[in-house]
Amino acid sequence: MRTSARGPSIRGRLLRASVLTSGTALVTASVAFALYDVHESRRMLVRRLTTDARIIGSNSAAALLFQDEKAAEATLAALRAEPDVLSAGLVTPDGRVFAAYSRDGGPVAAPAAQPGLPHRYEGGVLVLFQDVALEGSVVGTAFIRSELREVSQRIYRYAGIAAAVFLASLLAALGIATRAQRPIAGPIQRLAEAARAVSSRKDYSVRAAAEGEGELRQLVDTFNAMLAQIQLQDEELRAARDGLEQRVAERTQELTALNGELEAFSYSVSHDLRAPLRHIHGFVDLLQRRAGDALDATGRRYLDTIAGAAKRMGQLVDDLLSFSRVGRVELRRGRVDLQRVVQDVIRELREQDPARQVVFRAAPGLPEVPGDPATLRVVMGNLISNAFKYTKTRERAEIEIGSKPDREETVIYVRDNGVGFDMKYADKLFGVFQRLHRADEFEGTGIGLATVRRIVHRHGGRTWAEGETDRGATFYFSLPLTGQEAI
Amino acid sequence: MSELKRILLVEDSEQDVELTLAALAEHRLANEVVVARDGIEALEYLNRQGPFGLRAPGLPAVVLLDLKMPRMDGLEVLRRLKGSPELKALPVVMLTSSREERDLVESYALGVNAYVVKPVDFSQFVDVVKEIGMFWAVINQPPPGSA
Repeated sequence: MRTSARGPSIRGRLLRASVLTSGTALVTASVAFALYDVHESRRMLVRRLTTDARIIGSNSAAALLFQDEKAAEATLAALRAEPDVLSAGLVTPDGRVFAAYSRDGGPVAAPAAQPGLPHRYEGGVLVLFQDVALEGSVVGTAFIRSELREVSQRIYRYAGIAAAVFLASLLAALGIATRAQRPIAGPIQRLAEAARAVSSRKDYSVRAAAEGEGELRQLVDTFNAMLAQIQLQDEELRAARDGLEQRVAERTQELTALNGELEAFSYSVSHDLRAPLRHIHGFVDLLQRRAGDALDATGRRYLDTIAGAAKRMGQLVDDLLSFSRVGRVELRRGRVDLQRVVQDVIRELREQDPARQVVFRAAPGLPEVPGDPATLRVVMGNLISNAFKYTKTRERAEIEIGSKPDREETVIYVRDNGVGFDMKYADKLFGVFQRLHRADEFEGTGIGLATVRRIVHRHGGRTWAEGETDRGATFYFSLPLTGQEAI
Repeated sequence: MSELKRILLVEDSEQDVELTLAALAEHRLANEVVVARDGIEALEYLNRQGPFGLRAPGLPAVVLLDLKMPRMDGLEVLRRLKGSPELKALPVVMLTSSREERDLVESYALGVNAYVVKPVDFSQFVDVVKEIGMFWAVINQPPPGSA
């Protein structure tokens, strides 16, 4: 019988219950019959031996009266027909054994008679007394001592039969129970197997066979109905997920194609747009050398303007390409020590323009932030060199770099006391080629802050600025602490 | 200063050829310049095939190679040169408008000897070309077989 870790199977339990029930009934009935039978056979033995004693008494009354021991013993010898009788005898009223019979021929002692108790049992031996009367007066007492072999043999036989009957009926009960539990245990077992198959294979198309009756049939049907519902939902979920994956794949493909086009575009810009600019600049230069002396001041200024425009165009192309690259280049996740980056940037600016007197105040507690080291360095470089540039008209230029740690993000700011800006242009500042100053006031192509915004956005952060015309500006950017990039 | 060795300039743009020659001339480096107008012509010159079948043997001290050219581009020329047992020792300098990183990466992967981006500013261009010419055609000791 199959058993699981949690105990015997339902088939086993049912079998055990039915065999136990029928076995108990059988044993109880057998014991009751046996007890009754023992009682009855003892009663019959007593009755028969009492009759024997009475016969012996009446046959021996005369012998007692006439002291004829021989006649009395002859009468007693008839008890030989009773194999269970151990001994017997006749006792005179004064307690003397008058005549005796012994199965083994030994001496016979008279048992003590108890008045009012015609028979008793003494250690498996029945002792029986019968008064011997002659014409109304008691002349003696007959006694018989008998074994109970007949009774016990009867009990043994009875027990043998009962055991045989018990075994036979147990086997029969087992057979019947086996057959009877099938319509109950079968469906439940197959239901359990179906449930196991569903949970192990995650196959919701499995169904339990429709069998059983009544509640069992109801259980199987409900189970199957639940499975059908789960299967339906599972299929719907799968379909939804497949659809979503398909859409994501399509979008990704579109984006990849678009990105490819963009890359091809910027590649050809890099190659083809710079070449004519170099040519303009080169040939203007050659023209200046060859014919510069023949031109008047205005003519030479024209050539200078052409050369300057070509050079500026070249710078714009380069900046635009690097801006586009910032949007495409793969960001590496790492940790960036802003303190070190800021120190490097400041040192480079001082080296570039050693004549400038600028007070840098970098808060010592600048944090280490999660992000791409190369591009975040560009962010800090652009912001600080902007501050450096737009404070050049100040007698005492001051630039402060600091951070405001928050719960979810780190905010970094670069503050200067430079020319500032009108807050109504604050939104335009981060646009491509947006400039709030004339080129002859402050050099630059207007790509720096757009680059800053693009890099910060790709890190999942924000950029904003505060300022006032002629009273300085503060540029902020935030980085999420989780370091999640919105690539 | 030792003698001036030959330079092979591979460049499809007429303007660029003129500007490069002008830059070299400014520093008296232009005497020994051979110009090929695309990759095919460069390979024909180096292998002494086609119109160059009758030229005197000997390789230039350096090849200045443009990237974007008709018929065969600079990267393909580079790949063939570095794949050829006879020509792989020949120094090749990329002289190009491209700042694209993938061009840079691929050129070095193919074994280029130097990679130079042409500046827009002509005086800077002149300086750059002078440096290249001085180094490869005068200072550097080319592999045996150059003339």
